Amino acid sequence: MLLIPCPWCGPRAQSEFTYGGDATVVRPPADASEAAWVAFVYLRDNPAGPHDELWQHSAGCRRWFRVRRDTRTHTILANARPGAPLPGDEA
Amino acid sequence: MKYSIFSLARNALFHHERWPLAWRSPTPKPRYDAIIVGGGGHGLATAYYLAKEHGLADIAVLEKGYLGGGNTGRNTTIVRSNYHLDPNAHFYEMSLKLWEGLSRELNFNVMYSPRGVLNLCHSPADIDAAMRRGNAMRLNGIDAEFLSREEIARRIPNLDCSREARFPVLGGLLQPRGGTARHDAVAWGYARAADARGVDLIQQCEVTGIRVENGAIAGVETTRGFVATEKVGLAVAGHSSRLAAMAGIRLPIESHTLQALVSDPVKPVLDTVVTSGAVHFYISQSDKGELVMGGDLDFCNAYSQRGNLPIIEHVIGACLALFPSFGRLKVMRTWGGVCDMTMDGSPIIARLPVKGLTMTGGWCYGGFKATPASGWLHAYTIVRGEPHPLNAAFTLERFGRGETIDEKGAGPTPWAH
Repeated sequence: MLLIPCPWCGPRAQSEFTYGGDATVVRPPADASEAAWVAFVYLRDNPAGPHDELWQHSAGCRRWFRVRRDTRTHTILANARPGAPLPGDEA
Repeated sequence: MKYSIFSLARNALFHHERWPLAWRSPTPKPRYDAIIVGGGGHGLATAYYLAKEHGLADIAVLEKGYLGGGNTGRNTTIVRSNYHLDPNAHFYEMSLKLWEGLSRELNFNVMYSPRGVLNLCHSPADIDAAMRRGNAMRLNGIDAEFLSREEIARRIPNLDCSREARFPVLGGLLQPRGGTARHDAVAWGYARAADARGVDLIQQCEVTGIRVENGAIAGVETTRGFVATEKVGLAVAGHSSRLAAMAGIRLPIESHTLQALVSDPVKPVLDTVVTSGAVHFYISQSDKGELVMGGDLDFCNAYSQRGNLPIIEHVIGACLALFPSFGRLKVMRTWGGVCDMTMDGSPIIARLPVKGLTMTGGWCYGGFKATPASGWLHAYTIVRGEPHPLNAAFTLERFGRGETIDEKGAGPTPWAH
């Protein structure tokens, strides 16, 4: 069982959370190329290592936030509220 | 050496101490006509059919661990072709037909056991969906039979078919030719048969890079040095994204952990495969007597072959709701495997946008049953440079063209397929 740190409620059991997927994909502007839309909808880096991802504390405060987790070990490296940076993010 | 009653009797005379090794362990040559990355069922089958169907002999299979040590040895051994959409139905039916003759083809008993695969229906909507899929299967020439609650209760006495059940059984869709096979035997059988045709099976050899020159494959970097080739076939489901990234390609795939577990072994109690889509559960009994069961993914990206307990709890809860008497058993082992989850839930058996590079992957939960057809069609695609009609739909480009093959209608959410 993962212990996931909610930025508002603190560490809680994984079973309180819903996974939201890769947090690095960014919605392109409406007039972006078809290739940019295909990449947004379908293509993923899928790294073996640190992965920035979205989680929702769905059985708690119901708020969304970002987690950086190592996909090889499940170690949680950092978390951040929406709009706040994860370590290493560009300011 | 051909395995037969005579070779068995002859070796019995020598107390079984003179059996030859089933395959060689050669050192890699500096160059091959084709290299298959991944020594699981799919890679070994690809190499076997390259040698057998297309006469290629100068082939190497590179495996970072040992043969069949990945998902081939971690799945729940179910074989079936009960799909709704045409490309999946035709592809998996080709695979099931290959399963039916595979032991003879490979001179190795893969223990294909057509014990039937039964999908339970717990609601009128489940029945409608099962009827629709069953009719689609029959139109595609695949066996499908709808069983009533009474018929299921008669065939599977352990299953709680009472009106008071937490998940009442209203009926079920049976594919009689579905069943199970011995997962390790499939890897060993293809390995032995490929080796006999001259394929080099190279274990403990991890591919660390793919060399591309002028848009074409030039070779692979490995932990045992550079190996030159113009054709590379990837059969590394679970890690397809990582290998494709070595050639600069991004895939519509995420890696997720899928768990399974077995009970302690008991005498025969379940002679068919039972699944329930509504409660996310499937179960069968192995030849050793263990009840083999599984359920959902772990629901977050992972390359870890270790899962988390909430899913195990869910699987066991579903098991006990359907089969209350199994509550007397103990869980003996749990384990996880890393699955390629594609954006539409269907595989990719296709050329990639680098000359000479192909892949078979994106197997989601369903790779084991696909092994023979995946290898056959991957080999065809490698040699012809274009897909066979049976894998023409399983391209990488389908995602950008709106031609996804989404059996469940879940959309581009890979962990929901």
